[in-house]
Amino acid sequence: MANLLEVKNVDKHFDISGSLVDQLKLEGGKIRRKRTVVKAVNNVTLNIRQGETLSVVGESGCGKSTLARTVIGLYQPNKGEIYYGGDRIDTVTGTARRPYRTRMQMVFQDPYASLNPRMTVKQILEEPVRFHNPALDRREVRDIILTTMDQVGVNTDWIDRFPHEFSGGQRQRISLARALVLDPEFVVADEPIAALDVSIQAQILNLMMDAQEQRGLTYLFISHDLSVVEHISTRVAVMYLGCLCEVADAKELFCNPQHPYTRALLSAIPRLGGKAGGHIRLSGDVPTPINLPSGCVFHGRCPHADDRCRREIPEDVTLESGTRVACHGIEEGRI
Amino acid sequence: MEHLLDIKNLSVEFALRTGNLCAVRDVSLSLDSGERLGLVGESGAGKSVLGFSIINLISKPGFISGGEVIFKGDDISKYSYEKMRRIRGNRISMIFQDPMMTLNPVLTVGTQMKETLKAHMKISDKEATEICIDKLKKVYIPSPEKRLEQYPHEFSGGMRQRIVVAISLLTNPNLIIADEPTTALDVTIQAEIMDLLLELCETENMGLILITHDLAVVSEVTQRIAVLYAGRVVEIGPTETIIANPQHPYTQGLIKALPECAPGTRLNQIPGMMPSLKDMPDGCPFSPRCEFKSPRCESEIPPLRETISGGFVACFEREVKRG
Repeated sequence: MANLLEVKNVDKHFDISGSLVDQLKLEGGKIRRKRTVVKAVNNVTLNIRQGETLSVVGESGCGKSTLARTVIGLYQPNKGEIYYGGDRIDTVTGTARRPYRTRMQMVFQDPYASLNPRMTVKQILEEPVRFHNPALDRREVRDIILTTMDQVGVNTDWIDRFPHEFSGGQRQRISLARALVLDPEFVVADEPIAALDVSIQAQILNLMMDAQEQRGLTYLFISHDLSVVEHISTRVAVMYLGCLCEVADAKELFCNPQHPYTRALLSAIPRLGGKAGGHIRLSGDVPTPINLPSGCVFHGRCPHADDRCRREIPEDVTLESGTRVACHGIEEGRI
Repeated sequence: MEHLLDIKNLSVEFALRTGNLCAVRDVSLSLDSGERLGLVGESGAGKSVLGFSIINLISKPGFISGGEVIFKGDDISKYSYEKMRRIRGNRISMIFQDPMMTLNPVLTVGTQMKETLKAHMKISDKEATEICIDKLKKVYIPSPEKRLEQYPHEFSGGMRQRIVVAISLLTNPNLIIADEPTTALDVTIQAEIMDLLLELCETENMGLILITHDLAVVSEVTQRIAVLYAGRVVEIGPTETIIANPQHPYTQGLIKALPECAPGTRLNQIPGMMPSLKDMPDGCPFSPRCEFKSPRCESEIPPLRETISGGFVACFEREVKRG
């Protein structure tokens, strides 16, 4: 299948050093200027195929949301290239980017924060349609909005209501409608169900899967909830401290995880009717992304780490099963 | 045998200008020493209010409007403020959701731990330090002597929650109430904290009430589950029976809504949402969303009845089928 989106060696760093005065540090009797940089995404290479759901999982702070925002263009990458349908888009800005904006849309995590409280549902949904299709007349715009509302299960009689009049699940439906109203090909969903209750989560997930079927959408799905990811994804990418450690088909990843971090992460999922106590315990904590560890970012907590892991950054290896994994231990056949 | 905790027909109401809202209605539960009970429900089901009401932490305009909370033979819901203070944090401890909110950022961990100990027993500073170190070892904090001198911000999220667990253990309580203790944490840390709680309950013979919305977590840790819906217990029973063979339509819906129960297909969804406390339906609170409802469900509230599988369920449909 063709790649819809290609991410090549992308880095995203944030300078948090503040003003010049904050940057100055006294070191050995000399004043030095020092920058503090958060390395949120490091050298990530990822392809998203047409029509699939690629999920990115990882613990909080691993850079999965930053990656999503970089892909859609909310952040400019510091290094690397992003291609959409063969065109390089990370350097395209302003008006030239507009055609891509209609094709790529985003759904955010918190439906309470991502909808403007002072706009009615009608205004929220109308704005993107009018902006991107100024030629449409009022009735055509209204038709598009009503069909989309209908499709996501929001009662069309409520078109003049404000977001606060809706429940969390309904609001997330409206956010989804806002993304779908431009008829995009590619939707980035950043933890779209994390703020919702279980029974409502199921409603939104079903809705997303239906929309994918009807419109042939491609999803980049960001989540920390592994059982949801297992359910919805075609392929899964596991991130740790800004780096990809494993990319594999969803089934393959959940049945046959390779990277030691993936194994630990999967063993931590609570299972219905399972027994507690069988979890792989990782020693230590996630290091800060300000001072990345040398070599493999996971070496400090990895039970299989050796000298090479501490020294050398592992390259991606593609295994027979199609799993792409960055681990010296697997490359050498130690694990 | 006498239960460690016996909640009888407990109701909690909130007095508002527009009238009283009943957040917990007529709940009866019991717990033995060393037993682990899960309180499950969606947000707004009243599970946290129920947890708080056990140690009488309901603040105005909320109040306990009826029923009893019998702890080791005494009705603690009628205790005075001073008398209750001797139970709270001493015999019954509570663990809250967010460790960053529970720990005081301007005091060292040691100060906070010793404060709790000194509030409940006459003890020298040296003895208190020893107990603190002992408890920190129990929750696997490395080099506890040094860690006592540090502030909460110097710990990671998982470690902070482990310190909160250590604080709750200080006075060797008989019962721990954990209100969503891992919701703010990552899965790997969640697994760590849950393993720890389970281990401690077993070694110290403590009772545990685990309040959570996550059925999978509850099924791994607890022996019994009570499912709450709109302030009522709709089903209660042994964990395995409830997970394998749920009786109440709401419990069935909740379990089927989990992605792991139907890989690759559409998820089962419960239509609609929980009714607001302001306009509760007359009959069974679940009736507007229930696919099995009969006219009786809309006018009468079903009582909890024993099922064949050893649990209790509040549903007329189940009764008919059984009869």
